Amino acid sequence: MSVSQAIAIDKPPPQARGWPRARILGYALVGIWILFGAGIVAYLVYAWNPEFFARYAPAYLQGLGTTLSLVAISMVLGAILSLPVAYGRMSKDPILSGLAYCYVYFFRGTPLLVQTYLVYYGIGSFRPELETVGLWWFFREAFYCGVFAFSLNTAAYQAEILRGAIESVPRGQWEGAASLGLHKLQTLRKVVLPQAIIVALRPYGNELILMIKASAIVAIITVYDLMGNAKLAYAKSFDIQAYIWVAIVYLVMVEILRHGVEWIERRITVHLHR
Amino acid sequence: MPAQSIWTLLSWGPDGWSDDIASGVLVTIALALATLPIGLVIGFFVAFAKQHEEPSLRLAGNIYTTVFRGLPELVTLFLFFFGMPLLLQYVVRLFNPDATIDVNSFVAGMIVLALIFSSYASEVFLSAFRAIPKGQYEGGYAIGLSKWQTMRLVILPQLIRIAFPGLENCWLSLLKDTSLVSVVNLAETLRQSGVAARVTKHSFLFYSVAALIFLALAVLSSIATSYILRYLGRREAR
Repeated sequence: MSVSQAIAIDKPPPQARGWPRARILGYALVGIWILFGAGIVAYLVYAWNPEFFARYAPAYLQGLGTTLSLVAISMVLGAILSLPVAYGRMSKDPILSGLAYCYVYFFRGTPLLVQTYLVYYGIGSFRPELETVGLWWFFREAFYCGVFAFSLNTAAYQAEILRGAIESVPRGQWEGAASLGLHKLQTLRKVVLPQAIIVALRPYGNELILMIKASAIVAIITVYDLMGNAKLAYAKSFDIQAYIWVAIVYLVMVEILRHGVEWIERRITVHLHR
Repeated sequence: MPAQSIWTLLSWGPDGWSDDIASGVLVTIALALATLPIGLVIGFFVAFAKQHEEPSLRLAGNIYTTVFRGLPELVTLFLFFFGMPLLLQYVVRLFNPDATIDVNSFVAGMIVLALIFSSYASEVFLSAFRAIPKGQYEGGYAIGLSKWQTMRLVILPQLIRIAFPGLENCWLSLLKDTSLVSVVNLAETLRQSGVAARVTKHSFLFYSVAALIFLALAVLSSIATSYILRYLGRREAR
């Protein structure tokens, strides 16, 4: 074997040139996507209807506000509620941890739509009892019921995220802090949580995205969120662009969030990259 | 209407609703099981495209995941349920001017759930692909296997084992997502429970039943998957 051959073997494999089968397929698939996108744009241009826009755009904006406030309130309430649940999941007391486990299992094992129905139609069916307790004003409003169901649901998921993140911090960190004389709360705040946040950021971001997507469900229990307004616009106009516009808005929101979370993650893990 | 006891309401037969709800459960299971193989196959090929060395294939796969993971399930469902007949009608009318098209809600649900399931499953398959060292491919080629044979005989058996726990999660969310198809009038568990709730005015009872059924399906699935896992583990030990 000559020297030149030995050197040739050490080179990285040459890039495939010309038109291998994978490239033809790839270009064809990308072409289909471009056609698909162009088709939708062409349809929206063709079906452009200033009257439709003038009539429903304000409603869509208002619906966007409803969606965002629903998600924001539910996420915050869920975060607060997730603290005791996560505490219960991590506790050594069998009753406490059993209860927390059942809570998490129920809310993660059943569809959110069923939970929402259970709150809005199920609890709402006990009207006389609720009126005597003075809670009827709350369960009468579809929006409040949505917030209630969503908070309970996201609390279960957030409790698991929190637990996973705290348990990902090695025990030695707790012991080290204890030997320095920090008490438990200080340890949690100054030592454990800063490390846990890095682990928890991505799951929290995913949970937020899932909540935004899931919030479309409240349209079914007559809340006029983004999806609810799209349903209304479609029912009135029988124009499919009602749903196309709403799909674009959701897609843009989710993509912004996804890239935002990635950006934050890059920022807070700078010290881990070399 | 005289107040009926819950046991009458939950009985099997003309007075009770158990038989109606049971038929709904069958539809739920049928829908999930019919979606699973389609979603798995699409998900595998999308993941295959996303880890391919050809950039255009990667791009096509990434667009797929971005779109179907980014859209709310309900929006995808409505887009397909209302949009697909329009599109099909437009195409069919080129040949036959007075044809009308109706989309079966089971089929529409199946397509939409397969799109959503496959976009999540493709991410699971992708990370499994990345967990398999390059040497496995090279070893396959070195003993004279073709690309397809290497994929089928060397990579795929390992891939399934690595991807299994992630796919189990995808299956559980698929099972939950089937409830969404009730809003386009498919007579599955939630729809049937809702009918019972509206007729009898016992909403809390029947929606609790629906929740418990979904919970039971989740428990059954985890029992089944633990059996499959044990089987896969035994295969590995041999």
